[in-house]
Amino acid sequence: MKLPEQVTRLGIVIAAIVAVVLLLRLVILPETLFSARPHQAAAVEREMAKPLRHAGVAVCRECHAEQFELKYGGKHRNIGCENCHGPAASHAADENAAKPPLPREREACLACHGYDSSRPNGFPQVDPLEHRPRKKCVSCHDPHDPVPPKAPTECTGCHGRIERTKAMSTHALLPCASCHAVDERHMTEPRLALPTKPDSREVCGRCHVPGATDPAASKVTVDLTAHGGTYVCWECHYAHLPEGRK
Amino acid sequence: MNKREFLKDAILFFPAAATLQALAPAAEGKAEPAKTPADYDATKHWYGMGIDVDKCIGCNRCVEACKAENDVPDEPFFFRTWIERYQIHENGETRVECISTRAALPEQAPPEDPTVVRTFFVPKLCNQCAHPPCVQVCPVGATFQTQDGVVLVDEKRCIGCRYCIQACPYGARYLNPRTKTADKCTFCYHRVTEGLLPACVEVCPTEARIFGDLKGKADRLVRFHRVNQISVLKPDLNTEPKVLYAQLDGEVR
Repeated sequence: MKLPEQVTRLGIVIAAIVAVVLLLRLVILPETLFSARPHQAAAVEREMAKPLRHAGVAVCRECHAEQFELKYGGKHRNIGCENCHGPAASHAADENAAKPPLPREREACLACHGYDSSRPNGFPQVDPLEHRPRKKCVSCHDPHDPVPPKAPTECTGCHGRIERTKAMSTHALLPCASCHAVDERHMTEPRLALPTKPDSREVCGRCHVPGATDPAASKVTVDLTAHGGTYVCWECHYAHLPEGRK
Repeated sequence: MNKREFLKDAILFFPAAATLQALAPAAEGKAEPAKTPADYDATKHWYGMGIDVDKCIGCNRCVEACKAENDVPDEPFFFRTWIERYQIHENGETRVECISTRAALPEQAPPEDPTVVRTFFVPKLCNQCAHPPCVQVCPVGATFQTQDGVVLVDEKRCIGCRYCIQACPYGARYLNPRTKTADKCTFCYHRVTEGLLPACVEVCPTEARIFGDLKGKADRLVRFHRVNQISVLKPDLNTEPKVLYAQLDGEVR
């Protein structure tokens, strides 16, 4: 069967329009008009090409192995070099171009070690105004291997916060050792030999039972058999500030 | 040349020229391989960060390192990462303060408030959500998630409309005054794709921040996830953050 001529012509025109549209869509117009993917790929490439500013400990170690080993054996083992010395990628690329700073002022150490009540318990901190206020930290402590020049002899050397709390309480005159047994080793390796806590109610009972013989016996007395069930006293009462807890 | 011939040639000339022009860059691109490192396969990674709140000492080093690494403006209100101090009082009131905005260290330790029951620091940054609300609202598709799970901003496409800044439930975005585009933490994408740690993790003195790959079987972050009680910020929003907090107090929002 032969198609009428007008149908053939119409078919050619439609085919031409379809071809032009396909050509436009697939070849001529860039993909960026229809999809965000090429933009995103380009953005990822730009992001990856950004320059490094921090070189990383591994790079520092290549030249400064001695300092690294010293640091690695001490308390500062996990601190990256660039924490104190600042970003050093430019120094790693060309050692003479930019010398990283050697922070020697107190603020550099106090950023971490100045006392702040929000810091976690046990983190070594000093009160900047009490702890040798005019001296530079580095004149006594080697920042790569920081150890106290001598082990503290008083409990307050580290536990000042507890001492200050206790000083305001009725327990102010009690020495720490009246409740805690402290091993000698605790002074040098605090975490390896923790002081004891009272494990029985009799420790508080020395002062707080009616008719106690201790010279410092308290007027606040309690019948140990009737009060508090089987709990040890400090599980409910904070012994460093006994009247402070509700 | 008469009119008829001219029109015939013109009809042929324009599509042919356009086709050639469109084909030319494609051919060039094939000859020159893309700049991305060939050995980096984004589909094999799914980055995340672990934060141990118990270890953060609020020293602000991460904030300084981030600013240096990523050219974040110096003014103390532009941050890609920042530290908050939480203080929970006896009466249940919670006070939050951003300590990264202070210009210098305080001379003396801040006075002790006896009504504070608990206090601690919480480092904050972009949570790199698996379902990021900021990506949904971007009207021009300038912010997107890469295959390795990092949410990035295309500086060239961003129009600075600030919708994403409003949409982020964590307040992790800001408008960069220099580029006039939205800016945020990228997990130091230029570093991690080279196998380095993000700048904040590199300098953290107490290892409060851990960076890792949640797809890695023996990765530090996977272990961190396993051994700690993990919480995320605002879990009720179903954004599925990839910044995982350990030992997080219930008061932290």
